[in-house]
Amino acid sequence: MLEIINDYWVYFLIGQYPNGPLGGLVLTLLLASCGLVLALPLGIVLGLARVSPWRWLRWPVTGFVFVVRGLPLLMVIFWAYFFLPSVTGVKTDQFTTMLIALVIFDAAYLAEIVRAGIQGLPRGQMETARALGLGYGRAMRLVVLPQALRSMLPSLVNQFVSTIKETSLGYIIGLAEVSFIATQINTQVFTKPAQIYLILGGTYFILCFGLSRFAYWLERRLARRGMSVADPATAPKVSA
Amino acid sequence: MPLFDYSLLLTGQYHDMLVAGLLLSLQLLAASLLLALPIALVVALLRLSPVAPLRWLGFAYVESIRNIPLLAHMLFWYFGAPELLPEGIKQWLYAGHIEAYSAIIALALYTAAFMAEDIRSGIRAIPAVQFEAGRALGFGFMDTMRRVVLPQALRVTVPPLISQTLSLWKNTSIATVIGVAELMYQAGQVESATFRSFESFAFASAAYLTVSLAITGLATWYHHRFPVRTI
Repeated sequence: MLEIINDYWVYFLIGQYPNGPLGGLVLTLLLASCGLVLALPLGIVLGLARVSPWRWLRWPVTGFVFVVRGLPLLMVIFWAYFFLPSVTGVKTDQFTTMLIALVIFDAAYLAEIVRAGIQGLPRGQMETARALGLGYGRAMRLVVLPQALRSMLPSLVNQFVSTIKETSLGYIIGLAEVSFIATQINTQVFTKPAQIYLILGGTYFILCFGLSRFAYWLERRLARRGMSVADPATAPKVSA
Repeated sequence: MPLFDYSLLLTGQYHDMLVAGLLLSLQLLAASLLLALPIALVVALLRLSPVAPLRWLGFAYVESIRNIPLLAHMLFWYFGAPELLPEGIKQWLYAGHIEAYSAIIALALYTAAFMAEDIRSGIRAIPAVQFEAGRALGFGFMDTMRRVVLPQALRVTVPPLISQTLSLWKNTSIATVIGVAELMYQAGQVESATFRSFESFAFASAAYLTVSLAITGLATWYHHRFPVRTI
């Protein structure tokens, strides 16, 4: 196992770069980061549409979220890979295809996280903001959304973990991310598949376990601070 | 050629391929679910055990499985694990449907890790006084469990288990990577044989959505039939 790591670690981490396309673990992380960063604003917009008081906006978005959440990610990737080029006439490379699929897929899941974050706030927040004379949009933007996003933070880190795991499906369209590279190494070494896939699993584990522990820590930290705001009995005394 | 050729999906060789794929996907779902539930129960009990090393074992199982993508699990169980077996068993395996067995093992172990957490939080959600009250009323240990604790625990556990089943259903599609001839694989085959990508993927999407919505419907029905009681 050590021998394999010794021989192939550079290939495993960055693929053929700089003599060829970037790949490996770095590509996995790049894809997951870009995916989440692009999906977040879309997810917030869709989440707001899901809780909006206007039916013409709420219903189509709800339908979209239900359809995407009912399909496997692989299906979304297939649509993006085979169907998008034939409709738009633009042939996208594997990275862009995978990115589009991830953004669509994650946005639907983030929309539900945003919705839960907004609906998890006490109703009084919105009512108070409206009573103070703010319009719906401003009340949402200035009062409700900042609080909702803060309580969403741990879920966002967990979503990043999911996205890292999801990038592994780029394997099926030949994207040179870390799982694909591991398979390439496997065909070169040929005799040690168990060891190579254990290394692959271990790599994902270190990354994702570290991140999910961070989310857990964040959650407890926010829970402590959140409590002192929600419960007047334990709120810090403000000196006059 | 018509824009959308229904006839391709209604009869003939390609229709048969897609339907066979759907049936195999449903079989994968059923087999993995049946295997995952008992594993999940055992892991949940390990995680609740008063013995620390057993708790650690449960924790290690859940975390090591959850933090690795299902694709990597599949690759390991298909390419890696059989190589570690003795020669005789290996040959017997390679003669049969090894890809389907690998997929079921990967899916079941993966789903069990998530279900174990749901079962654990379901049992933990029942206050200890419920158990004590049952005992105080003169019920034995088993009767208290059966009549007081478990019915309540089941109420809170079933909805998350149904949503894990939904994830499992969608995850069966990943078995295509190791060549299991399930729905996604057959859709790809039909696409490359006919170049009618829209028809074959529309069939697969509709089939996935139908089963997903049926599972969601089951969850909604359960929610109405057995609403969670707040204490």
